Amino acid sequence: MISIKGLYKQFGQLEVLKGINLEVKKGQVIVVIGPSGSGKTTMLRCLNVLETPTKGAISIEGQSLDFSKSVPKKSVASFRRLTGMVFQNYNLFPHKTALENVMEGPVIVKGEDKTTVRKKAQALLEKVGLGDKIDYYPAQLSGGQQQRVGIARALAMEPEVMLFDEPTSALDPELVGEVLKVMKDLALEGMTMIVVTHEMRFAREAADEVIFMDGGVIVERNKPEEIFTTPKEERTRKFLNMIQ
Amino acid sequence: MKMYLNSIFADPERTARLVDIAKTSLWPLLEGAIMNTIPLTIISFIIGLILAVLTALARISHVKFLQIIARIYVSAIRGTPLLVQLFIIFYGLPNIGVTIDPFISAVIGFSLSVGAYASEIIRAAILSIPKGQWEAGYSIGMSYTQALKRIILPQAARVSLPPLSNSFISLVKDTSLASVVLVTEMFRRAQEITAANYEFLLVYSEAALIYWVICFFLSVLQGFMERRLDRYV
Repeated sequence: MISIKGLYKQFGQLEVLKGINLEVKKGQVIVVIGPSGSGKTTMLRCLNVLETPTKGAISIEGQSLDFSKSVPKKSVASFRRLTGMVFQNYNLFPHKTALENVMEGPVIVKGEDKTTVRKKAQALLEKVGLGDKIDYYPAQLSGGQQQRVGIARALAMEPEVMLFDEPTSALDPELVGEVLKVMKDLALEGMTMIVVTHEMRFAREAADEVIFMDGGVIVERNKPEEIFTTPKEERTRKFLNMIQ
Repeated sequence: MKMYLNSIFADPERTARLVDIAKTSLWPLLEGAIMNTIPLTIISFIIGLILAVLTALARISHVKFLQIIARIYVSAIRGTPLLVQLFIIFYGLPNIGVTIDPFISAVIGFSLSVGAYASEIIRAAILSIPKGQWEAGYSIGMSYTQALKRIILPQAARVSLPPLSNSFISLVKDTSLASVVLVTEMFRRAQEITAANYEFLLVYSEAALIYWVICFFLSVLQGFMERRLDRYV
């Protein structure tokens, strides 16, 4: 369903991704771990073209972009709709209420009817446990609540795959659980997810597979129990030792 | 000073004359404000603001050509006196066969001026909005224009309101320059009145007071709008 082929990304002289190849099946939950600077976040941002890869190709649900040629803006916009992005710093729209944040995409981008969207958005906010906060502005919500609005906002576009970029890294420890719970529920519903995170418990409990990245390449990919107990690669072992 | 005050209070006839002039000139001054100063300010500010947004967008665009045009425009307007610009438009252009009505000339001059100065305010405000806001917009499938209109400009408006209010209040007073291109706004009215009675101090002070009152109301309006735009922070 998702396939990344020979993906390279260079920032000036710095090569961050050095040939990423990855296949993800529908409904799979993939957790990406690795040291900082390993290219995890860049790979995720390439998947929704917030970064334009230097070369390589990505395809999601039959739509593909080949970055070896120049890619037209229009196909980037329609490609982006296949993915929902959850940011480390939430990036909610501060001038809009929780409900308006969630409604924005369907109403403005898809041009759907406001009353229908309102009901759908309300249901999504209830699903992430914020049914009583729909008229709050982001500044009136805690970090965990804001991130849950962020998840609802991404879900409102009905994406094929959800991308999470360290969704709990900016949160106070006691607020991490509520966000992870929403993510686990999503995983159980069969949502395809790629999650960059340092939460090893989430990886153990919710991931179908774990990918270890280092130096711009995928070093190892395996089931969580395998990778955490018997990592094959030396680099994976070293990293896991450092964080555990 | 003492002589002037003495001449007013020691001589009841002169006092009566001054009170009479103050009263009779009030309406013509207000008429100048209502018919010309205020419309000139509002029209020029609206056109100027549109110019300013376009100029700011050109400056932050990746199109070199647009950037250069915007830079030259801002540099030329900021580098030359407003009074000289008004003279070029009203007295200069007829030399090449372009004759423009006084009020329109003033609107052109003031709009160009507001456009240049406010573009810098708006550019700074747009750049002050975190990059993550653009990305969040793009991530839900928005185009550049949609993200700009729905996400960036509303937030930039809040940031730029105080400095833009400053520009607006300055513009109210700058419109007095339109008197030199024959627009009968409030200050030109004052000049006409004093030409007949020579009571410069009284009539010009009266005009100053009216400017002050207008600007005071604008400050109140600014406070009201700031509170409205701040409701989400």
